[in-house]
Amino acid sequence: MRIGKNVGYIAVAGALLAAASACGGEDTNAGGGGASNSAEAVTLTYWASNQGPSVDADKQILQPELDKFQQQTGIKVNVEVVPWADLLNRILAATTSGKGPDVVNIGNTWSASLQATGAFLPMDDTVLTGLGGKERFLGPSLAAAGAAGKPPVGVPIYGMTYGLYYNKKMFADAGIDKPPATWDELVADGKKLTKDGKWGLAVEGASVSENSHHAFIFGQQHGGDLFDASGKPQFDSPQNVAAIKQYLDLMAVHKIVNPSNAEYANGTEAVQDFVNGKAGMLMWQSIASNIKAAGVNEADFGLAPIPLPDPSSGGRQVNGMVAGINLSVFNYTKNKDAALKFVKFMTSPEEQKILNKTYGSLPTVTDGYDDPAFQTENIKAFQQILATTAAPLPQVPEESQFETLVGTAMNQLWADAASGKPITDATVKAKLTQANQQVQPGS
Amino acid sequence: MVARTTPHHDERRTAPPEGGPRPPGAGLHGRVVSRIPLRLRRLGLPYMLILPAILLELLIHVVPMLVGVGMSFLRLTQLYIRNWTAAPFAGLSNYQVAVNFDSAVGASLLHSFFVTVVFTILAVGMSWLFGTAGAVLMQGAFRGRGLLRTLFLVPYALPVYAGVITWSFMLQRDTGLVNHVLVDQLHLFGGDRPFWLIGGNSFAAVVIVAVWKSWPFAFLILMAGLQNIDKDLYEASAIDGAGWWRQLRSVTLPMLRPVNQVLILVLFLWTFNDFNTPYVLFGNAAPQEADLISVHIYQSSFITWNFGSGSAMSVLLLLFLLLVTAVYLVATSRRKSDA
Amino acid sequence: MHEPRWLPWARWFGLGFLALFTLIPIYVMISSSVKPLRDVQNGFSWIPTTFTLRPFADIWKTVPLGTYFVNSLIVASISAVASVAVAIFAAYAVSRYRFPGRRVFTVTVLSTQMFPGILFLLPLFMIFVNLGNVTGVELYGSRLGLIITYLTFSLPFAIWMLVGYFDSIPRALDEAAKVDGSGPLGALFRVVIPAAVPGIVAVTIYAFMTAWGEVLFASVMTDDNTRTLAVGLRGYATLNDVYWNQVMAASLVVSIPVVVGFLLLQRYLVQGLTAGAVK
Repeated sequence: MRIGKNVGYIAVAGALLAAASACGGEDTNAGGGGASNSAEAVTLTYWASNQGPSVDADKQILQPELDKFQQQTGIKVNVEVVPWADLLNRILAATTSGKGPDVVNIGNTWSASLQATGAFLPMDDTVLTGLGGKERFLGPSLAAAGAAGKPPVGVPIYGMTYGLYYNKKMFADAGIDKPPATWDELVADGKKLTKDGKWGLAVEGASVSENSHHAFIFGQQHGGDLFDASGKPQFDSPQNVAAIKQYLDLMAVHKIVNPSNAEYANGTEAVQDFVNGKAGMLMWQSIASNIKAAGVNEADFGLAPIPLPDPSSGGRQVNGMVAGINLSVFNYTKNKDAALKFVKFMTSPEEQKILNKTYGSLPTVTDGYDDPAFQTENIKAFQQILATTAAPLPQVPEESQFETLVGTAMNQLWADAASGKPITDATVKAKLTQANQQVQPGS
Repeated sequence: MVARTTPHHDERRTAPPEGGPRPPGAGLHGRVVSRIPLRLRRLGLPYMLILPAILLELLIHVVPMLVGVGMSFLRLTQLYIRNWTAAPFAGLSNYQVAVNFDSAVGASLLHSFFVTVVFTILAVGMSWLFGTAGAVLMQGAFRGRGLLRTLFLVPYALPVYAGVITWSFMLQRDTGLVNHVLVDQLHLFGGDRPFWLIGGNSFAAVVIVAVWKSWPFAFLILMAGLQNIDKDLYEASAIDGAGWWRQLRSVTLPMLRPVNQVLILVLFLWTFNDFNTPYVLFGNAAPQEADLISVHIYQSSFITWNFGSGSAMSVLLLLFLLLVTAVYLVATSRRKSDA
Repeated sequence: MHEPRWLPWARWFGLGFLALFTLIPIYVMISSSVKPLRDVQNGFSWIPTTFTLRPFADIWKTVPLGTYFVNSLIVASISAVASVAVAIFAAYAVSRYRFPGRRVFTVTVLSTQMFPGILFLLPLFMIFVNLGNVTGVELYGSRLGLIITYLTFSLPFAIWMLVGYFDSIPRALDEAAKVDGSGPLGALFRVVIPAAVPGIVAVTIYAFMTAWGEVLFASVMTDDNTRTLAVGLRGYATLNDVYWNQVMAASLVVSIPVVVGFLLLQRYLVQGLTAGAVK
């Protein structure tokens, strides 16, 4: 029976496929949005971005807190620590399909872009009151959780900003007795430090996000705005051109930055250079955990505010960006109440203290600071910057395009500077104009 | 003479139009029990054989691709990704933006396209050359043959990320092996350490990494192809007095032609669309000189969630590749029948 | 084959160059994997100054390497075997039958290789989610979804290559089998497949490696439990540091089973028509 035989062979193929299927189904993550059993044991899914030394370390940091939450409320939280490389794609997938976690934490610079998708639950006054009131949160951090005039789409949980780290020993060896307070001093100190294969300052020249953050900070100091009042991009305004040129000149003109920094792309190399004593200064967010991981003494490194511009220059007195991590709830969640309970838990003073202490970040609620851990010199310096001279990135839907386009343009400018090509107003402006023209309006 | 290259093609042409090899045994045994007419059954069999493949291709490739083409006509930005049906129809405007080469978007796309074309030609050419050389030189018995064969396949056995990240480590300016050898040990470049991951050299870097990663595949396929060449052909040509070169040109390469035809085409398509190599090597912002198109599209639209625009660029790419493939297939098939 | 006198030299030279080209990065991996991180970051040296096996212990702690490895192994093996099985049937049909639509089928299959991955990533993802909602079979986030995706990724090339290999097997052999009373599929299993073993093995390796190394789709379609190595290895690049020595140690460890597999399959790779029972 030939036909029977043929069918048999095809059945073999079918069976193979079936076997393949059997292997896949068993251990899929049920996806918080899907699995809700109203009354009994609610389970939340929480995507946490990677904050600690590794994905596994993060899990070990978070798990005891989640267990505590379950004890208090009976709500179980499944946490998945998502590596940064995957995070945006995963959130995209969740946003598009309505299938993903209930609660997610993300970098606050994405807030407005994600707000525009409507994927996140707006935290209106009622919600915020449930969390203890708007006033509890640090103003600048909460302002970086969505466009002005709209309810924020998240609340800050880990706060951070930029500061100027300096190597105390290298400073002493070079005969410098205090950190620079002006840009002229910074350049002068940098020149003194630059010798014997060591450099004044380390930058992460091929990192899109670091570049764009510095473009913003320097731009503020020159009185530049990235978007005009109507939301149109103006990356190539004279102020922004001057700002970015000032940053690039640290390598191109003043030669206090190692040209090799132009290829630093993975967001850790400048820090490593600094921590390992290859560079004397670093403009960065908290590097407490890098210092710990490198096994060097934290007391060897001082922290000062990044120099402010001369008040008469017309620039803004801004020397930090409101960085940090926000906690957001996906709109599609079927466990809204449980999710908000979890947000409340994560923003409670106790958890704020525990987690921010571990991560070396700043509590985002005012009642989270009464812990000796936040009274150290460095933390107090960061706290001061965040509270007084930090500004949030523009909260517009096109913000992610700004980061990508301007950050990439600056990668190329650093490369030019490193290879000795002249960096002039014209070359900087040309690149920024190109970036500006590539912005595609989001709305 | 061994000019007759691919005997089966000739056979193919003489096969009966309705195809199936006649099973002479059927009538002889006389055990046809099925009620389905023999002819229909025979006609249905090939379709049953290709059915699983068709279903999978539809599900994974064709339908998503058609959806992707549909997306290119929508203003599918971050505002609408939660509800695609609400995205306004954009007509051809996504395409107009992409092909307006006077604008920054179009100009950078065009630049990236040319970079990719040159990259692809170089990378495929070298991969094929290395693969062929490796496979041909491995013919014949010598010591260490098995070891080398395995060694050559090792780059292929490494996860792409592992191989490329190692290269990026080697290519670092201050701490990489490449500059260590070139500058510290060979004292080239007058002591001035060149950059490999940024600037002009980054193009050479990405070509070399791509070749390193893909030549073992060419080697693997060609080696398997060589096994299928009838040894009689070599003996016959040797009797005709053909030397090694002559045999390579008149037996080996012609017999590999069907394999090569597909191999070069897929190498071309994969290399052109390669996302992993540049992405791991340079991160999500490649240097302008090595701005390959897959990362360019990813960066200029997908990372900012402008899917309408990204899809339009991808569709343009698809049309280009379709055209190249069609021309290639027509050209190589004609050459084949000329042979 | 008669070998000219210069051939051993050419072989030595050509293969030596290729070996060096292949080996240097692998040597870098090996030597970096036995150095402390600080040494790795401080500039390349051929010989490690401080030898340590710590990275090989640390790799399991930094990321759940074991889980990723098992996931990759399951996904890659099943999709490779399934892909080759599906491709064998399809290739046999294309190679041995003239049927309406044959040309359309082969060309369409090949043209799928032109789709840029990013063009159909999002639609495919949506289809998986919707299929999951309708049928209850969870494709998104599951290994099944990845297996189906990867098996299809390798299918076009597998079919085309196998058609080539099958074409080169003389039809007279199938005819002979049919005279012996085998049906068309009997001829496939008794004659064509055994004769095409090198090609099938090569295609299996290809299909396995396609699934083994894929990054883009895996980064969207997997979660904690189903993440594959190709994306999981990126976990060694953390916010604190890129653990170069661990990346390389982990890459070596996970590649060993694959290389051993290659070694075992080698025999079949070079077993040609003449070596088989065909002649």
